Amino acid sequence: MSDAPPPVALTRDEVAHVAALAKLAVTPEELDTYTGQLAAILDHAADIAGLDLDGVAPTAHPLPLVNVLRADEVRATLDRDEVLAAAPATEDHRFRVPAILGEEP
Amino acid sequence: MSAIHGIDGLDDWELVVGLEVHCELATATKLFCGCPNQFGDDPNTNVCPVCLGLPGSLPVLNHQAVELAMRIGRALNCTVHPSVFARKNYFYPDMPKDYQVSQYDQPINADGWLDLPDGSRIGITRAHLEEDTGKNTHAGGSGRIHGADYSLIDYNRAGVPLVEIVSEPDVRSPEQARTYVAELRTILLAIGASDAKMEEGSMRVDANVSVRPHGQAAFGTRCEIKNLNSLRSLVRAIEYEARRQVDLLGTGERIHQETRHWDEEAGRTRAGRSKEEAEDYRYFQEPDLVPVAPGADWLARVEAALPVLPAARRETLAGAAGLAATHPGVVMAVDRGLDDLARGAIAAGADPVRVLTHVEHNLAVEGAETLGAAALAELVGMETGGALTATQAKTVLADMVATGRGPAEIAAERGFEAMDTGALEAIVDEAIAANASEWADYVAASAAGDDKRLKKLTGFFTGKIMQASKGQADGRAVNELLTRKRDGAA
Repeated sequence: MSDAPPPVALTRDEVAHVAALAKLAVTPEELDTYTGQLAAILDHAADIAGLDLDGVAPTAHPLPLVNVLRADEVRATLDRDEVLAAAPATEDHRFRVPAILGEEP
Repeated sequence: MSAIHGIDGLDDWELVVGLEVHCELATATKLFCGCPNQFGDDPNTNVCPVCLGLPGSLPVLNHQAVELAMRIGRALNCTVHPSVFARKNYFYPDMPKDYQVSQYDQPINADGWLDLPDGSRIGITRAHLEEDTGKNTHAGGSGRIHGADYSLIDYNRAGVPLVEIVSEPDVRSPEQARTYVAELRTILLAIGASDAKMEEGSMRVDANVSVRPHGQAAFGTRCEIKNLNSLRSLVRAIEYEARRQVDLLGTGERIHQETRHWDEEAGRTRAGRSKEEAEDYRYFQEPDLVPVAPGADWLARVEAALPVLPAARRETLAGAAGLAATHPGVVMAVDRGLDDLARGAIAAGADPVRVLTHVEHNLAVEGAETLGAAALAELVGMETGGALTATQAKTVLADMVATGRGPAEIAAERGFEAMDTGALEAIVDEAIAANASEWADYVAASAAGDDKRLKKLTGFFTGKIMQASKGQADGRAVNELLTRKRDGAA
């Protein structure tokens, strides 16, 4: 949109927040580095926001394709023993994971 | 002065509910891979690299899932749009990819509505495609999430196609919420989009509940209620939540926007996580999937293949029966898919009310759809003609469904004959003579207008007479005879 507000500078707190959401442990030094690097990327994107793009549809995908579909037909599944053998822990043919503290989304 | 409809004691408050209904689509395979979409299979047998999120695997969209989503959209009067998929990012072991593929800002269906049997209209905001998550079983501790020692995960359900149907906040009572979900379920079944079984989780309902002072335009702060596994839970949870919110606001507290879980056993909702912090899913477009843009010809084929929807079927049956479309028998007949049978029997001359009474009360059984309209009409004819009592007709009907034989043959074999009035009167006289003090009581209660006592004594005599006649007496005839004897005795 050509009337988009000017980009707001990325803050260190925002980078820390996004890192926490992505479960990334980031040191204070790294936070400074990434804040600078990410801000540069966002500045670049802001150049595009400055253009008059009225009437230009957003690009959903770089490939000029729609409706890539498959028939609703059953295909071979993996062997369960093989699948579970790759897991650190299993029980009753299920994956066993540590206690879940949060709630389901 | 307007109370929340259907809940006592909440004067001056208005309830506002929006519903999110997830339904699993009736496809043979999952949304993005060829694993079977099958409830109840052995854990982790319907899995492959795609639905396990193994590195290098790529999703390919299921044609039939798109078709069923379009069917749902058009049945709900939505516009079908070109749409794209998005990743909903979160860390929870029910999705091995650490994101769920859903639709966000460009859903396949938007801006529809659903008309309810009571004449009200609920707006449909959107109905989008997404994949289901795996199933967690919390082990150890209390068995609930809180206090669980560990969880066991079955990924058979991960990647099963879902359509999430989001309503506008148009629902104003617990009963209306129930009706909306029931009507939605009937439609999903009618169009073959889902088996819509709440008890198996193939249809799941979340309710966004808020209250506001009557007459206030702005919405109150809402809470999202989850874990509603039946229509009964839905109604109870909304009632509970409305009271909880009114109580809080009444004491000057504020409502926290949060997810709350319904505890059916305790009959209350409990706070889950707080919405503000947890709702950061960092949606972005799924780079592994291209947009879906069904052409006009595909959409036209989907529309042409839609069956007649329940609302129109109710109108047709109601017209044939000379009853309102909201008549419980009419609603139930369509709900059970027995409206063609009912219309056929009525067309063959059977009394509409009796036909619909049987559909409503006596045909909630397996195999009812195999019943022929002519046979049902014949049975109702025997009943209205006095050859069978209502109780006998019910028994014969059950045999008809079970054996496929005709009503006359079954009635003859069971020795069902209408008891002639003389024989019945003799039994009534005997019952009165053998229970003289109860009879005196009956006459006195009747004279005093003591309806409660009269009802009890009527039941007593009817029971004695039914027993003596081996169930062949017609309840209505017994009642008439008792009244006549009483009038004679008074």
